[in-house]
This record gives sequence, structure tokens and C-alpha cells, in this order.
Amino acid sequence: MAALTRAIESEAGTPPRPNRRPRSLPGWRWAILLITAVYFLLPLWGALRFSGVSAFGAVISEAGFGSSLWLSVRLAIVTTAITLALMVPTAVYVHLRLPQLRRVLDSITILPVVIPPVVLIIGVLQITRVAPSLQSSPYLLALEYVILSMPFAYRSIDAGLRSLDLKTITEASNSLGAGWVSTLWRVILPNLTTALLSATVLTVALVLGEYTMATLDLFQTFPVWIVVNDQVSAQVSVAASLLALFVTWLVLMLITLVGVRNSRRRGGGEVTLFTAAAPQTIGN
Amino acid sequence: MPESTNTVTAPGSRADPGAGRIQSAGRRRPAARAAVRAVARYAGMLPFTVYVVLGLVIPMIAVAVGAFQDPDTGAWTLHNIDIATHGVYLTGFRESIILSVVSAVLPAIFGLLIAYAISTARGRGGALLRQVTITASGVFANFGGVPLAFLFITTLGSSGIETQWLKDIGWDIYAGGFSLYSVTGIVVVYMYFQIPLMVLVILPALEGLKPAWREAAENLGARSWSYWRYVGGPVLMPSVLGATLLLFGFGLSAYATAQALTSGTIPLTSIQIGSFLSGNVIAGQGNVGKALGLGMVVIIAVVMLFYILLQRRAAKWLR
Amino acid sequence: MGANEIAANAAGVDNPEASEAAAGVAVTSEAAGARGGTSVSLRNLTRVFGATRALDEMSLEIAPGELVALLGPSGCGKTTALRIVAGFEYADFGAVLIDGKDISGVPAAKRDMGMVFQSYSLFPNMSAQENVAFGLRMRKVGGATRRKRAAELLDMVGLAAQAGQFPHQLSGGQQQRVALARALAIEPRVLLLDEPLSALDAKVRLQLREQIRTLQQRLGTTTLFVTHDQEEALSMADRVGVMRAGRLEQVAEPAELYSRPATAFVAEFVGTMNRLPAELGGGGTAVTVLGVTVPAQEGGPSSGPVDALVRPENLAVAAAEDGNGIVTGRTFLGAVTRVAVRLSGDTEVAVDVSSAAAAAMAPGTAVQVSIPEGPVLVAARTSD
Repeated sequence: MAALTRAIESEAGTPPRPNRRPRSLPGWRWAILLITAVYFLLPLWGALRFSGVSAFGAVISEAGFGSSLWLSVRLAIVTTAITLALMVPTAVYVHLRLPQLRRVLDSITILPVVIPPVVLIIGVLQITRVAPSLQSSPYLLALEYVILSMPFAYRSIDAGLRSLDLKTITEASNSLGAGWVSTLWRVILPNLTTALLSATVLTVALVLGEYTMATLDLFQTFPVWIVVNDQVSAQVSVAASLLALFVTWLVLMLITLVGVRNSRRRGGGEVTLFTAAAPQTIGN
Repeated sequence: MPESTNTVTAPGSRADPGAGRIQSAGRRRPAARAAVRAVARYAGMLPFTVYVVLGLVIPMIAVAVGAFQDPDTGAWTLHNIDIATHGVYLTGFRESIILSVVSAVLPAIFGLLIAYAISTARGRGGALLRQVTITASGVFANFGGVPLAFLFITTLGSSGIETQWLKDIGWDIYAGGFSLYSVTGIVVVYMYFQIPLMVLVILPALEGLKPAWREAAENLGARSWSYWRYVGGPVLMPSVLGATLLLFGFGLSAYATAQALTSGTIPLTSIQIGSFLSGNVIAGQGNVGKALGLGMVVIIAVVMLFYILLQRRAAKWLR
Repeated sequence: MGANEIAANAAGVDNPEASEAAAGVAVTSEAAGARGGTSVSLRNLTRVFGATRALDEMSLEIAPGELVALLGPSGCGKTTALRIVAGFEYADFGAVLIDGKDISGVPAAKRDMGMVFQSYSLFPNMSAQENVAFGLRMRKVGGATRRKRAAELLDMVGLAAQAGQFPHQLSGGQQQRVALARALAIEPRVLLLDEPLSALDAKVRLQLREQIRTLQQRLGTTTLFVTHDQEEALSMADRVGVMRAGRLEQVAEPAELYSRPATAFVAEFVGTMNRLPAELGGGGTAVTVLGVTVPAQEGGPSSGPVDALVRPENLAVAAAEDGNGIVTGRTFLGAVTRVAVRLSGDTEVAVDVSSAAAAAMAPGTAVQVSIPEGPVLVAARTSD
């Protein structure tokens, strides 16, 4: 800047005036964000003060902590795997071959958000009465969690696909001799990492926090364990709740950070959970 | 993965059908060929369709059918429906709807403002702000049930920390009629996941507002207010309404949080359904829970219909 | 900008035959004088993004009623300059003056300029007519007057029948015409066009080019037009400014830009240019190329290895047994054929000759390429 200033001075003979620029975020927006932050963070802090830091130690040493957390993690992994394996090819297929179905798919995938899990689990228990082995396996929950995560996962994947010119790169890949599987694996998926990450993040968050179906299906996942343990001590329960939140946050942050680093290397977009924001291009 | 038989772009399809194939294709009637082609194309949707049918449609049908069945004999009856639409259950529906409307509209407004605030933040700081907010939204949108209830009980409960603070500065909210364990309290708690959900859902729509529109409007003499009134607002409205409907559905179907807060002291449909599952059943009313479930699904179906219509309008404009 | 003024202007617009009878380019200065056109002055505009200088003390004077095109490759800063004039971006240093007044502090909404964007700038929730009327609505013009004026403008761009249609129902070319009508509806002091034709197909582009130029001349609006298409710039503008890396390399009328480019970059960016190895002589005032010594154009390097830059139509080629090159190919361009010749030093040149003469020069023919007597543009040799 100094060199520029001097250069202009010497040429024009008059000192240059840097022009004023507008701030990037006007006042009222800061106010909104501040109020929001207070609303969300205050209960967390209040709970922390209530339970005390020592309660965290008590939580971890409680019976069932490890096993229930492990169950939740296993369910999260299975759910995510099934969700991606189901939704990605379907979304790609619809984009490529059945674009008229996109709106239909959109509407179907939004259903699980508004169908009460309570109602869903009734139905599920009803029909699995015929297959007792399935009913007694916790992975039944995973199967249902796939349904629950569909809205979020599909939206992320769909947004990611929309930001690609899918038809063109698929045709290019085919013309160069790649089969369907190769194209999917080597061409489409690598360009979808941001969207896949979003989908994973949302699915994991969902599974780690889902209580209703798990408890009515009589399985002790982590959220269920927190409730069951309520009897022991209020402070421990609150600490467990905070821990649940913290663990989820941690997982999400890790996944997001990995994704952001990867996408920046490849020039991809931000990890936004319902869309893949377009990569920044330098304008002229 | 399925292979289509005749489309040119089908990966892995035979490049040169060869003379023999052309001959045999010529023998089949064109209509049949087209039908086969169509079926093959839709075949790609099979895994998804099967899954949705098994995991969503059939359970829903089971609920719907069970709503009309007598729990002991299996005979068709309207008895369940009758009970489900009267007395404490009717109250439950009314309370649930009121709760859901309020816990949809308020968070919709806040969520929209927050989403707008972060979507227009520029530069590195803006990108970071967006990232943090979106991740936080993802976490909080799924944070509900008992942990959330605990959190609020310790802060806004009758002996909660915030309640104490407010009392210290002279404002006793409980004396003023507020209770965390009332519908009002539930609304306050629901905002914790409804606001983040709104942010997540409305961000794509906000990002669909092309900067060229804003600049064109400015260039023609419009200031912020005029832009929102004539362009931004109308274009965004279908998406906002759709998102609000979504929040309504979400609030209606929420179970765990309300259950943890009220333990059934307030009649809410989702809690009432839950109590049927845990065995709190009067003899002969075993399937009333399914009737209640059916009722919820009907309400939500109506909501979804409007949502779909709104999305169609939004898609037309936002391309 | 009262309603009466608008009505009066509208009446003038209603007589296209009268103004078009005057026809041709002459309309420019007369109309400008009649309406008292606006002059635009860009003074030392500088814009820095971190380490890159998007604009580097760019200065430009635009006379009332003139159409100036900013031409250059992407990243040269032309759009940045336009957006600074419009008020959507701020220059770190420098100022924009309208009729002598510094408008740097004036917000975009108050600058009274009409802008046509590259694409998708029509408001999707409004019909074409409502779009066009929008600027008038912002100026508090009454409903009936607004609609009338919008209808006239749509008629001017040939879209009267589409007044009630929505943007998603219109083709790209139609959308841009509506955008043009919308920008002109407010009778702007300055018209700004940001690569308005780039997103359209070739045929539509040509039609719109003419339409924009005709309208601009009839209304006499001072116009700044940004493009990367040199054909567009040369055919439409009164003057063209070629930009590179934030600086204006040359501002001149199209003909002068073409025949007397000031720098090698301009020479090669505008039209096709041959590069021939050459040697400087006489302290840089003369240059020897193709065995002939001719004067060197002013402003070139005075020492070091150089190339001579010559246009294909300025070279002559004829079949000759002991010539200095061999024909390697021919490209038929209609009246003229571009003959590719490889010279004895392995240099490739393109020479334009009449198609009749080119018929005799099949690939493989030995030919003699020669340059005419006049001054030749010289540039430092680049290692390509």
C-alpha cells in the first residue's frame, strides 16, 4: 500500500485519498446473532454450572455409558453407510435418467421429517412381529434411521448434484470408456465429497440424538441411557446431556474440518448442510 | 446397477447392436418396445422404492389399518376413531396444533433473520461465521428430548439459574404466570431445535436469490426496503411458507421433549400415542393409539399438500 | 424526471420514422446535443485485491452521447471498472465524475444510471412489463403512466406481444431485450452494459448488437459497454478502450485501433497478427524483415531481438520458384482466402489473398511473401 501511495503521489502531485468502504455486516445483524448466541449458549452454561465439572467424571464411570455410546456409534456408522449407498445412486439415477421424478422424490423424502417417529415405530413393530429375529436386533433401528435421515441426506446430495453438470461429465466419462460403476466411483463421487460430508454429518447427528424410536423399541442407545440414568442423580444426568451434545458437536466439527480442508485443496465449495455452496471464482 | 436396453447414453450398453438384434427388434411391436424401455428406466428406482415401501409405507398402512380394527377380535370398527376424536384426545389435538403453530411461526421468523444475517456476511470472517452457524445448526436441530429438557429445567425451571437471575433483578417470571411445564414453556424449548432447522432449510433458498436482482433493483433506484418488498420478499415467500409448514410438521410430531418436560400433564397427541405404546392402555382401547396416529398423519398430509404446491411455485422462480 | 418530461420523451419515441429518416451515425451528436448528454470521467481508478491490482490508475473520458467499449481478456479489470461506475464496487483510489461532479460518495440507487447485466437479472416474480416499469415505480411515477411507458419501451425492443410473460417463459435473447428496455425506461444519464450478449447464441447476438447500437444512437445516451468479444467492440463502439491487467493500453476509434495498434498486445488482441522475426537497424528507426528494410513504427523497442507485426491483409504472396516459403494450407473465408505459408526460418505466417488468386496456390507450392513499404509495428521478441 505504501509503495502504491508513493507512486500515485509522485505522478499526480496530490496525495491520494483512500475511499471509504461499507462494513461487511451492519449493526442489526450483529444484534440478531448476539441474541441468538445468548439464547443457545445460556442454557448450556447454566447446565454446566448446575452439574459441576466433576459430574462429568461420574458420567463416564457410570455403568452402561460405554456400551450405550458404542451402540449409538455402531448404529450411526451402519445408518450412514446404508443411507449413502441407497441415496447416492438413486439421486444420480434420477438426475440423469428421470428428471421428471425429481419433484416427486423431493416430496417423498421430506415425509420422514413430518411423520411422527412415534407413529412410525408403531407400524414398524407391528410388521416385524412376523420376524422376531429382526425385531430383537438393534439394527432394525438402523434401518429405520435411514428413513429418518433421508430428508437431510437426500437434500445434501441433491444440492451437490445440482452444482455439477452431471449429464456432461457422465457422458464424457462414458465416451472415454468408463462403465457405470467406474463413472460413479471415479468421476461422480469425488466431485460430491462436500455433499457426502454434509449428508454424513446430518445422519450422524440424527442417530446420536434419536431417542423416541430407540426407547419405544426398547434399545439402550446413548440418548436412552441418559434418560434411564436419570434416577441416579440429577447432576449426573445433566452432565450426561451436555456430554451428548459435546460428543455430537465434536464429531460434526471433525467431519466438517476434514471436508473443508479437502474441498479447499480441490477448489470445492463450503460444507453447508443443505446445499453445497458454489466454489468461489475470482471475478474480472 | 440397472442397464437400459436401448438408450444411447446408457453406460455399459452394447455399442453395436449388430444385425441380428435389429432384426429381432423389428419383429417386436413398437409399443411393446417402448413399454419395455420405460420399465427398464424406472427399474433404477427399485432399491429406493423397495426401501421406502418397506420402511415407511407399510408401517403407515399398518397404523392406518390398525386404527380401524378392534384390538381383541380384529373386526372392523370405528370405535377407535370415535374415541380418538373426542374428550381428552380432542383436547390433545387442539393443544398440539396450537403448540405446533406457535413453535413454527416464531422460529421461522428468527431462523430467517439469522440465515439472512449469515448468508450476506462477506469475506473470510463471513465464511467462518457461516461455517460455525451451519455446523451449530446441524447439532442443535437434532438435539432434543430429555437432554434438552434437562438443560432447560436447570436454567428456566422453577429453581433454575436464569429464573434466579431474573428474580434477582426483580422479575419473577413464575409469579407472572410463566411455567416451563406449560405450552408456553414447551414453545420456548422447541425453539432450540426449530430455529436451527429453519436456518438449515431456508439457507438454500436465500442463496438462490441472485445478486444480479439486488443490483438491478438498486440500479433502478430501489433501496433495501423496496427491493425486499417487490422482489426479494415475493420470490422468497413460497420457500419461507414451505419451511414454516415443515417446522409445523416437525413440532407436531415431536415427542420426547414434551414428554420429558410435562410427563403427560398436558394433553398432547404425540405423548398420548407414546403412552399407548408403553402399555398405559384401558382394556379394549388398544388400537386407539393407532387411530391417534392416523389422525396426526391426516393433519400432516394436508400440510404436506400445501408444502408441495408452494415448492412448485418456488422452483419456477428460483430455477 | 417528472411525468410530463417522460410523456414528452415518449411522444418523441413514438415517431421512430422521423428520427430514423435522419438515419445513420449522424443521429448521435444531434440527439446528444438536443438532450444535453452526460459526460463521464474515470480518473485514476485503482482497485487492489491483496496482491493483485484489478485496476491500476485507469483513466478514461467519455463524451456525451458516446458509446465506449472496454475490451479485454477476462481478469483485465473491465467489469470492475464498470461496477465502480455503477456504484456496486468501490475504488481504493480515484474518482468517477459525471458531468464534472464527483459521484464516488453517491449510492448506486441514486446514480440515475441504467445497467444491463450479463444474464438472469430480470425479477422472476414480475412480468416483462412490470420489470420494465420497475424503475419508474421507484421514481414514484403513477401506475397508468408507468404501464404506458413500459409498453412503449417493450415495443421499441420488439417485444410488445410478450409484455405479460414472465422471465422463465422468455428466451435468453428476449430476456436481455427486456433488461435493456428496463434500463432505458428510467431515461438514464449513462447506460452501462456488462457483457450483455455473452450468454446468447451467435445469431441472437448479432441481432441484438444492431438493436442496442440503434437504440443508443437514437436516444443519444452516453454508454459504457464491457465485452471480451473484439468483433462486438469494433462494430458497435464509437471508441474502444483495450485493457490488460488493470490498465488501458489504447483508447481509439475502431479503425485506428485496428490499423495502428499502439502496443503489441493490442495488435494481437484485435484481429489477427503475424509475427515475423526481424532485425533493428538505424538505432531503432528501421527494421529489416523478409529481406527488406522499412521504417519502424514509433513507440517500439530500440534494441534487442524483435518481431515485426504485420496483418495478413498487409502481406502479399505470389507463386515463385525461388520464393522464401512454402504453402502449408489454405482456409476459405469467402471473398478472401487465408493462405498459411512456412517461411525459410520455420516461421508460420498467414496471408490474405483473393480467393481467385489463392486457387493457384495449392499446399506445397513455393511462394514469395513480401511486405509493403509503409512503417511496420515492432515488438520485443517473445519466446513462445
